[in-house]
Amino acid sequence: MRVMNQLSAHARFLVQLVRRPFFWIIGLVTAAFVVAPIIGNNVELREGLLIACIYIILASNLNLMVGYAGYVNFGSIVFFGLGGYICVYLMSAAEWPLAAATLAAGLCVFALAYLFGFGILRLRGPFFALATIGINEAVAAFVINFPPWGGSSGLYLSPELFRQVGGPMQALWVIYFIIVAIMALSLYLSFAIKNSKFGLGLLAIGQNEDAAAVLGVPTARYKALAYSVSAILPAIAGGLYFFKSAYIQPPDAFDLNLSLEAMAVMMLGGQGTVTGPILAGYFYEELRGWLLTSDTFSHFQLVVAGALLLVIVLFLPGGFMGWIHDRWPRLRKVLE
Amino acid sequence: MLGIVASIIDGILVGSVYGLAAMGLTLIWGVMDVVNLTHGALIVAGMFALFLLAHALGLPAYGALPIVLVGGFVVGVLLYWVSVHRMIGRPPLMSLLSTFAVNLVLIGLGTDVWGTDLFNVPVALPGVSFGRYTFPGTHILAAVLTAVIAGGMYLFLYGTRLGKAIRAVANNRDAAELVGIPTTRVLSMAFGLGAALAAVSGTLIGTLFPFTVLSGDAYQLKSFVVTVLGGLGNPTGALLGGIVLGLIEGLATPFMPVSWTLVIEFAIFVAVLIAFPRGLLVFRR
Repeated sequence: MRVMNQLSAHARFLVQLVRRPFFWIIGLVTAAFVVAPIIGNNVELREGLLIACIYIILASNLNLMVGYAGYVNFGSIVFFGLGGYICVYLMSAAEWPLAAATLAAGLCVFALAYLFGFGILRLRGPFFALATIGINEAVAAFVINFPPWGGSSGLYLSPELFRQVGGPMQALWVIYFIIVAIMALSLYLSFAIKNSKFGLGLLAIGQNEDAAAVLGVPTARYKALAYSVSAILPAIAGGLYFFKSAYIQPPDAFDLNLSLEAMAVMMLGGQGTVTGPILAGYFYEELRGWLLTSDTFSHFQLVVAGALLLVIVLFLPGGFMGWIHDRWPRLRKVLE
Repeated sequence: MLGIVASIIDGILVGSVYGLAAMGLTLIWGVMDVVNLTHGALIVAGMFALFLLAHALGLPAYGALPIVLVGGFVVGVLLYWVSVHRMIGRPPLMSLLSTFAVNLVLIGLGTDVWGTDLFNVPVALPGVSFGRYTFPGTHILAAVLTAVIAGGMYLFLYGTRLGKAIRAVANNRDAAELVGIPTTRVLSMAFGLGAALAAVSGTLIGTLFPFTVLSGDAYQLKSFVVTVLGGLGNPTGALLGGIVLGLIEGLATPFMPVSWTLVIEFAIFVAVLIAFPRGLLVFRR
């Protein structure tokens, strides 16, 4: 009986979400990502949008921790890298199919993050932020010293493996579509959590953790859950991304700069919003593409990310969405 | 046996320099409740100042120290006004992000100019030998200089007006303002001092080990471990914490690959924080 009640409550919650206009806006964005590169078979556009999707996935999941719960996670890239390693290892050594390997990567990283989370989430504020950098460094050091994963030379995938997704040419399209789907899932996850009891609990923790605990929010469990849930989709995206490159090495997998770029994207879009990462992820990818191709700025990618982050933090703490919400308060109800 | 004693002594010598590096971090943290994530970049700036002054201008390596001290102070005061001033009293997230952003910019510019190659500033100093073991002269001199700078810091904080003002602001900013201390100016000075300490420690580390533009991260992590060991905002604790860390490193390196030291340091960091949230060595202010 109780299970039935819970199920019907979940069903009612989902129906509520589907009735919101924002649910369909996410659908439209996803459709745009799918259709745009198909028109004219535009491979260049597809590769650009793929990077934008990765930024959106990372920033949107980072937002669960930073924007909702108020815990700064500088090392979120560790999920992406670990997911990539588990997936590539399962495919190369155990010959698992792509779907099984990516799902396993997502689940393993979820479980690991839950364990890590219970340990380091006892730390607060800056201590937590520093510990997340430490986790990334520690995992990278472990992988470099772990012979089954190839140590510092990494793992390589045989080109034969692309056959299961229809050969090298078609594989790139298939992977792109799956990554777009992961992006849509990230956005729906972020949207659903924001409107759920769990999300309210996280927002309460973000505002005042002690008060939230007094009001009956199970803070330790919620934080660990937010930390580990925010790990699943980046891990799967990491698996797909490194499957696409067909090799994985520690410096690429645990590149702290990528998690900082994700942080900049999240702040630029507006922390705590669902729409923010979409706008900022696309904008940042365009900016990055422009910087990489221009002669003067091609080496200044990090400098630009840093300067951008500084300007946002100093002058525009609400990001794009904060500005939009101030300008058109009515949009607050439509664009979450 | 003698080998272990030798690694203990060398650990203490090198560890005291880690303590100096952490002193800058802990000063800023304790005074204005800002975790300065530009710290690593400032350490690297000290290293490259040494490289430039010693190589391009032909200065003796230790002659760079006073220049770095003054330069670090000026840069620190500038950084305070650019990235920290507007963050005082806002949620810690904001100052973490703003100092981090500056760090990104500085490291990005550094990698543009110098790439990620290994740099080395050879310093010719005779070492002290005991039997088969020789302690490098640079390690001994670095430890001595650290002791001198730490002593100077102590005299400054407890003996001078500005030092007392810094401690007053750390204790209670409103009360300090009420008795007529220009707290904003004092905060910028304290930040400058913290930056100068970071840069000087970078210069000293540059005389000990080879370095790259990206070395800052490792020393920044060490500084955090030291800060946690020694307690927040406590220069003496930082020095002791540094020596403890140096000892751990000195004793661990013969038994395991160097790439693991960072992992061990991080494990200590988390373990100490969970067991002793206020630091291992808590002194009265």
